Amino acid sequence: MPKDHGIGASPKRREDVRFLTGKGQYTDDINLHGQTYVHFLRSDVAHGIIKSIDTSDAENMPGVVRIFTGADFEGVGGLPCGWQVTDRHGQPMQEPGHPVLARGKVRHVGDPIAAIVAETKEQARDAAEAIGLDIEELPAVVDMVSALAPDAPKVHDELTSNLCYDWGFVEENKAAVDEAFEKAAHVTTLELINNRLVANPMEPRVAVGDYNQANDESTLYTTSQNPHVIRLLMGAFVLGIPEHKLRVVAPDVGGGFGTKIFHYAEEAFVTFASRQIRRPVKWTSTRSEAFMSDAHGRDHKTKIELALDADNNFMAIRTDTYANMGAYLSTFAPSVPTWLHGTLMAGNYKTPLIYVNVKAVFTNTVPVDAYRGAGRPEATFQLERLVDKAARELGVDPIALRRQNFITQFPYATPVAVEYDTGDYIATMDRMEEIMDISGFEARRKASEAKGKWRGLGVNCYIEACGIAPSNLVGQLGARAGLYDAATVRVNATGSISVMVGAHSHGQGHETTFPQVIAEMIGIDESQVDIVHGDSSKIPFGMGTYGSRSLAVCGSAMVRAAEKVIRKAKKIAAHLLEASEADIELKDGKFSVAGTDKECAWGDVTLAAYVPHNYPLEDIEPGLEETAFYDPANFTYPSGAYACEVEVDPETGKVTIEKFAAADDFGNVVNPMIVEGQVHGGIAQGIGQALLEAAVYDENGQLQSASYMDYAMPRADDVPFYIVDHSCCTPCTHNPLGVKGCGEAGAIGSPPAVVNAVIDALASGGKNVPHIDMPLTPHRVWKAINQ
Amino acid sequence: MYAFDVTRPKTVAEAVAALAGDEAQALGGGQTLIPTLKQRLASPATLVSLTAIDEMKGVCADGGTLTIGGGTTHATVAAEASAYPALAALAANIGDPAVRSRGTIGGSLANNDPSACYPSAALASGATIVTNNREIAADDYFQGLFTTALNEGEIITAVKFPVPEKANYQKFVQPASRFSLVGVFVAKYADGVRVAVTGASENGVFRWTEAEAALSANFSADAVEGLTASADGLINDLHGDAEYRAHLIKVMTKRAVAAAK
Repeated sequence: MPKDHGIGASPKRREDVRFLTGKGQYTDDINLHGQTYVHFLRSDVAHGIIKSIDTSDAENMPGVVRIFTGADFEGVGGLPCGWQVTDRHGQPMQEPGHPVLARGKVRHVGDPIAAIVAETKEQARDAAEAIGLDIEELPAVVDMVSALAPDAPKVHDELTSNLCYDWGFVEENKAAVDEAFEKAAHVTTLELINNRLVANPMEPRVAVGDYNQANDESTLYTTSQNPHVIRLLMGAFVLGIPEHKLRVVAPDVGGGFGTKIFHYAEEAFVTFASRQIRRPVKWTSTRSEAFMSDAHGRDHKTKIELALDADNNFMAIRTDTYANMGAYLSTFAPSVPTWLHGTLMAGNYKTPLIYVNVKAVFTNTVPVDAYRGAGRPEATFQLERLVDKAARELGVDPIALRRQNFITQFPYATPVAVEYDTGDYIATMDRMEEIMDISGFEARRKASEAKGKWRGLGVNCYIEACGIAPSNLVGQLGARAGLYDAATVRVNATGSISVMVGAHSHGQGHETTFPQVIAEMIGIDESQVDIVHGDSSKIPFGMGTYGSRSLAVCGSAMVRAAEKVIRKAKKIAAHLLEASEADIELKDGKFSVAGTDKECAWGDVTLAAYVPHNYPLEDIEPGLEETAFYDPANFTYPSGAYACEVEVDPETGKVTIEKFAAADDFGNVVNPMIVEGQVHGGIAQGIGQALLEAAVYDENGQLQSASYMDYAMPRADDVPFYIVDHSCCTPCTHNPLGVKGCGEAGAIGSPPAVVNAVIDALASGGKNVPHIDMPLTPHRVWKAINQ
Repeated sequence: MYAFDVTRPKTVAEAVAALAGDEAQALGGGQTLIPTLKQRLASPATLVSLTAIDEMKGVCADGGTLTIGGGTTHATVAAEASAYPALAALAANIGDPAVRSRGTIGGSLANNDPSACYPSAALASGATIVTNNREIAADDYFQGLFTTALNEGEIITAVKFPVPEKANYQKFVQPASRFSLVGVFVAKYADGVRVAVTGASENGVFRWTEAEAALSANFSADAVEGLTASADGLINDLHGDAEYRAHLIKVMTKRAVAAAK
């Protein structure tokens, strides 16, 4: 019988009441007295020298308050990078400056050159057209490989080349890996591209800066996944505003997918400009601006090789990847192709030797950073495509080859520095085969053939590392931030509870799930618990939401804080019940004395804490409020097996997804409905990457797919009815709830399943195509069939 | 957008008078013009909205002819053009419900987007484009990319479609915009078959005359099998090259013939 409350129940998302009735309060809904509007004049060339900017006519246009250019940011910091990667030779990465407004040069289409602050948006835009701009266009570097040629134009003149870093991992393993390849019975090689994506959250970015002269305080309202991170980065590194004078508020946020983690120029600008003009300044991105200013995702070019012995055991993996950084280093960009990608190259397999090389490259394109999965989808895609190709070359069943090489003993230390605490890859594969009805595939294939369609089955496994931690380790790896989280559990006098959390909900449903945990622990109704998030003046210093970390990290902090509350409440109850503290039990919202019928209610104890007339004041303080910071001992490692069946129309190349199954192991699950929703959304984005989405630049650095006319987002009829299952459960061993992450799994696990299925479909039609690069558009599939 | 005035005449005559003004621009359902204005790519002084002109709305079947008012929305055509099922089906698959509830047949034909659906129906049906002062045969009307026989200030008041014996429209969509990557409209009349192709050519909608000849002799998908659509002058873009489009013209033509009713 499913539970109807607490952990494991599926109450409907309480936040949806306001979202679905138009009562959400998004950043663009915030309008302040005396507010001005900023319009950014952005570069329309990818690379050029700013010869002159003439704002004189524009300054006299109606409604113009002030026009800012790069010169106004003399002495102001640039946008900081939050992760320093050390290269193969022990040298730090090349780290160019990232000005708020371009200075000297423009480096990508969309690079902001001037900011026009005016009374209305339209006046600001009118004035932008009156700015005289003289830019000497330079040749652009777009392709990563040619960007590293000795005579390539340099994106940053002060750097020695366009190479940000050349990273080897694990460098000490390289010789042994090469040796294994020499001894291998079979080597499978695959070259592929992980296509560049634009995140496209439903809500574009918005920022409102508000300076209060009376108390010298600045407030930034912004569409962020992590307000405290923005406060630290912007306050300390860009604008020099101490934390107690800077408040960052991320109210309702309409989707992030990673691209709202980062600290952006527009946020720093509105905060800075508001202090200059002493009025609020608001910026709302248009969708067109989002395409050329939100950090993009993925964009890797990879060669990967697998060495197998004569019995088809994996001996070694070797990869060579070019990772596009774009024109500047976005906040966490350097970590994505390295520590979030190289550490996942073992996947679900006991390959003993692995070497990963990554060359990160500057190009005249929009900066690239984390996007749902961040490095882990790139690792999974190349590995799972490679294993599939190996099975095809060897003429063995792809599921059997995977099973043969699965890791089965836990904990398992990979050769790429991480230790998986738990997992059961055989169980998820078994479950996937069952829910997908793999045994019925051949019949379905015949039915498709009768309609003139080629049907293919693609399977893959994935392993994810969520809740990146612990802080002392990530510090050694180059992170310039801690990766703990924090929660304050504030029990009110009558027993209701407010939980202030460092995690930020922008679609994940924390307002529903976090109270389920507290309600379970105390035995009160979930309606008695609310969470507070998103306002740096209200919540403890937590690190926000990304990397599927909220429940595993912030949820653990909340549990720790609630445990402290319960410990104190038991002391109070012991006093009220005139019993020993050790005999007090808390169940169903009641404190009782073991072995007796003496009891008191949760509300009696909480009231005593705030009206301490009969209270052990000599032993404990009044009040019932506790904070905990939680720094995990390890990542969590969700895993799963996915399967996709497609039909290919051989006449047109069109792919339709007929069936999709996901068997995930997320450890313990708090709200199954929300977890399933997260998997659905992740798979939709994975299918988007596999079949539809591509940010395409031409050789001049112009983004060709710069609107929805050319950038294909998945629509409802592009995705199938998903069969998802999370009944396989190996709880995480090192966090109090035994939970793993679920937010990114779908986006990680689905692209290889889709592509493997298309390759299989083509093979069934007699076309043995080794690989097709994503997105598998009808045109590309048709070309592959007819090449 | 730049600032502009809007006028909403009630009759064709008033609209024609309003369009004679300086930098006046007709506005149908706004599905192309409004995004263009938002991008600041056009700056008319006055928008003359045609949406309040009742005499330009409605679907009327009379004898062998279906007449559709120029201001009739795609949704209305989809619901009411039952006398010409292939045309109703085409209208029902343009864009999404919001587009179909605003966009009009006159607006689509006046704009003549090379990937729009309606031009293929008009050309394949040998339709007559009726304006405020003349009637133009479809064969004379479409003159290339976003170019038509319309004069400045001329309004499409109606489109007259001869109802064919059989017809079908096959649209292979561009994955992002869901406009036609290639759309083929096949219409069979007593005196022959007409085949019009949209989405494919750098010069907009065109007739595939070889297929027309073959199908007029033998109205079956097999009749097209031996033909090859030329890739010359076809569009090369992110979503498909000319060779692919040429291939799709044949595939969609065959499918349209097979599905025609």
